[in-house]
Amino acid sequence: MARILETRQLCKSFGALTVAENIDFALETGARHALIGPNGAGKTTFVNMLTGVLRPTSGSILLAGEEITRTNQAARVRKGLGRTFQITSLFRSLTTLDNVALAVAEREGIAVRMWRPATRYSELKDECMSLLATLGIAEDAAAAVQDLPYGRQRLVEIAIALALKPKVLLLDEPAAGVPSHDSQLILQQLENLSSDIAVLIIEHDMDLVFRFARRITVLVQGQVLVEGTPQEIAADPRVRSVYLGEAVHG
Amino acid sequence: MSGYSADTRIRWTEWLPWLIALAGFFLLPEYLALGARILIYILFALSLDLILGYAGIITLGHSAFFGLGAYTAGILSTKLGINDPFLQLAAAAAAGAALGIVTGAVILRTRALTLLMLTLAITAILLEVANKMSSITGGADGLSGVQVNRILGLFRFDIFGRTAFLYCLVVLFIAWFFVRRLIYSPFGAMLTGIRENTQRMHAIGAPVYWRLVLVYTLSATLAGIAGALLTQVNQFVGLNVLGFEPSGELLVMLILGGVGRLYGAFIGPALYLVAQDYLAKQFPEYWYLGIGTLLIVVVLFARGGILGLADKYRQAWLASSKRGSSARASAR
Repeated sequence: MARILETRQLCKSFGALTVAENIDFALETGARHALIGPNGAGKTTFVNMLTGVLRPTSGSILLAGEEITRTNQAARVRKGLGRTFQITSLFRSLTTLDNVALAVAEREGIAVRMWRPATRYSELKDECMSLLATLGIAEDAAAAVQDLPYGRQRLVEIAIALALKPKVLLLDEPAAGVPSHDSQLILQQLENLSSDIAVLIIEHDMDLVFRFARRITVLVQGQVLVEGTPQEIAADPRVRSVYLGEAVHG
Repeated sequence: MSGYSADTRIRWTEWLPWLIALAGFFLLPEYLALGARILIYILFALSLDLILGYAGIITLGHSAFFGLGAYTAGILSTKLGINDPFLQLAAAAAAGAALGIVTGAVILRTRALTLLMLTLAITAILLEVANKMSSITGGADGLSGVQVNRILGLFRFDIFGRTAFLYCLVVLFIAWFFVRRLIYSPFGAMLTGIRENTQRMHAIGAPVYWRLVLVYTLSATLAGIAGALLTQVNQFVGLNVLGFEPSGELLVMLILGGVGRLYGAFIGPALYLVAQDYLAKQFPEYWYLGIGTLLIVVVLFARGGILGLADKYRQAWLASSKRGSSARASAR
């Protein structure tokens, strides 16, 4: 299978503190991959390097074979690297439709058009509505997202990322802070995602991880401890001791 | 509000400013000079609203573009003998745009207080330049004797200010139409996105910095035109168009009217300048006290300006009438 996203010997230090050490990681086309690890393992740092929020100290990142290590965040998005945020990051006072429409407009290069009223871009709006419908939030289209329950806001977060038609989707704790019923709903939507999209999920909810992912990478102290199928990871004694064991006792 | 589901039809209330202006033209001929000044400041405030209200760029240096436009028109007339009104406007617009793109490209990499200080620094520098280069700008004396040809070769600027008033009204109308289109366009929606959540705009692939430079330049262009109008109407330009004071005054006007609402830029300057005119006549020594009181009242009781207050009452009224009608319905 082709590697859509890859890191080679990726390192990041803040002064003397090393938070990522020689991370070799590959995401294959259509992957359902999870990144797990105890608190402070460097998961967020890793995601921030992938998305371009942080510049790695050394090493390289490749998207579809193209080096993007020094490409800025917005340009990576335009190349097909979409993400959601751990803490919901939406256009709070705007409607659900507008939240998604802004993303579609960027993708289509419509966002700098200054004359025709936005309302008249009906194709764009139709696309947004059908996206909202697939995620089951079409009835919230006209509501301001700040008035929606948190679980639904998480779905809007995913809708925005999907609106960009990404090749790779990074989901940073998509179910964080969501009541368990809604987290089932989110999982259901994630399982419905198109198989063209490679998904990397960073998640604490092990139930969700083991149900969703077909491969799992375990990150500990800035290094890849082990990578494998969910069965291999669950059976691995090192993982049990540093991670699962900790979770049981913690 | 802007956005992809906004109703973009022009509401009847949106014609009110123009009807009031025309009514003023016929009913208050002795106030046309004040009227033209109000129209110019509305255009200036509109340009500020575009960057402050919609894109969320905070500035104390918007007078840089206003002043540059004003001096461009003045210098063209007095030093180069170019007296065509539209040529002067076009040159002022170009000068505003050029300064907007150059300074914007530098300062829009910063945010918040740093940005505020840099905008202030730019207009302060321009003020000092205008002060020192007296051979071109007239220094502290300013440039008097600015001439403006007949508009389209037909309408002379008369001593009653009739032509000047209508001329400003037409220019403002065109600018308003342009800004209104802009706000309801995808570009306008995108600007609200930047204001609401810049980080998220990066994450949907928007080159935020370039977008800000673009809107800043558009705004600077409009401010340049407003400055040129002031010179043309007064037939004079002096140092008072540059520096902190006109910027601060403009900010006060816009906040008074309501930020990010398009028509706040109409109500604010009108109210401010009328109050200033009245108070300066009644209390020549203490008129700033009145302006200050007005501002305190607005900040205390009408956050979001006059229009913000109007909105609040309208919503309360709508809610109560809805409650009333549902109560009636349930009584049946």
